[in-house]
Amino acid sequence: MRVVVDFDRCQSNAVCMDVAPEIFEVRDDNFLYILDEVPSEALRPKLEEAVRRCPTQAISIAED
Amino acid sequence: MAPSPPPNRVVVVGASLAGLSALEALRQEGFEGELIAVGAETELPYDRPPLSKQVLQGQWEPDKTMLRDQGQYDALGVTWHLGRRATALDPVARTVTLDDGEPLAYDGLVIATGATPRWLPGSRDLAGVHVLRTLRECLALRAELQTASRLCVVGAGFIGAEVAASARVQGVEVTVLEALPAPLSRAFPAELGAACAGLHVDRGVDLRCGVTVAGVEGDGRVSGVRLGDGSVVEADVVVVGIGVVPETGWLESSGLSLDNGVVCDSTCATSAPGVVAAGDIARWPNNLFGETMRVEHWSNAVEQGAAAARRLLAAPGEAVEFAPVPYFWSDQYDTKIQFLGRCCPTDEARVVDGSIEERRFVALFARDGRLIGALAFNRPRLLMGYRKLLAAKTSFDDALAHAKA
Repeated sequence: MRVVVDFDRCQSNAVCMDVAPEIFEVRDDNFLYILDEVPSEALRPKLEEAVRRCPTQAISIAED
Repeated sequence: MAPSPPPNRVVVVGASLAGLSALEALRQEGFEGELIAVGAETELPYDRPPLSKQVLQGQWEPDKTMLRDQGQYDALGVTWHLGRRATALDPVARTVTLDDGEPLAYDGLVIATGATPRWLPGSRDLAGVHVLRTLRECLALRAELQTASRLCVVGAGFIGAEVAASARVQGVEVTVLEALPAPLSRAFPAELGAACAGLHVDRGVDLRCGVTVAGVEGDGRVSGVRLGDGSVVEADVVVVGIGVVPETGWLESSGLSLDNGVVCDSTCATSAPGVVAAGDIARWPNNLFGETMRVEHWSNAVEQGAAAARRLLAAPGEAVEFAPVPYFWSDQYDTKIQFLGRCCPTDEARVVDGSIEERRFVALFARDGRLIGALAFNRPRLLMGYRKLLAAKTSFDDALAHAKA
């Protein structure tokens, strides 16, 4: 699975970072950085929760 | 809620964010029975926050607000009754009646009918006066803003402030009228309300606080807003942003316990068996804060929708309390405002990072020695770090120590 962020939608609420800090980081420049674009299957529940809770619905999961 | 067998047929009344979240959670939890959703609007669930920002500014077309694509909606296996309102609930017979007369039987019911905007008396039938809640209302306002010269926004809450910002960046002259001495001063200390005010004043908005609105002027079409002192603020478009009322009218004959919303227990269960509520309409005791609350924000709709769905499926004795840290955000011009937790003007406030003057700060709020809320302007990374502290009932001293670390 691959993390996909629509940066046109992302407004850096940092909710994803709170849910899945292994994958997402909003830095002091207020931009979101993807730390792990192809996370392990063990992180799927956290990633799915980040997808659900993202206030701008900017995150999706691509199954390659 | 009395013990009842697992439901075979769940009806979700309200097809917006909380309702969608409930539908998805039911399927995710393995519910394989019949799912029926009722929505007053004709669209499948769409996202409301962009309506006062990207859509109103013309950056997004309506289809970009859809919360899921068609394939995802199809995969849920839901029978949608869209453009239909529920008009009555009989919790004994376990039926919901729709405005086309059709009664729907349920084993489990999720109430998620949200809230509707308040209007100023006598303004509803006047052309040029708007509220903003639905996509349809957004598009009507957007069309009028294209040719508007003067917009008057009544109410400097978040909807009013975001509409003012969206109109201002399109070059419209904007007046904002607010009854309170500063924006948001029912929730925040005055200096923080002043910081919100500054965002608009800097952009040339004529912000008037501490004024009373007597009514709207106009014959067929609005021409202005009349103030308590008799003066008139001229405007060719008026937006009323003075709050919302929970959509409980259809429940009045149901016998369900209502009190400025649907009264729930700490697990989202209502006073009727097999009936739960979520989103803007639900009032429940949040035991993390020791406070009964009704929360009108996006994140709560997502989380409570899912919690209510799980409550419906829970075996007797296995219901889980819904006790989240409330969160909301607002984007105005280039400023991101974020708030976690609770706050009232009498809580102790402390700026722990940045400064209000530079509009880049984190402020913490304390009640009885405990961290109760956190507010940030343009500080998303730092702000979100306080969510876990709020969830853990951290003392204010420990929160201050965290801020320094």
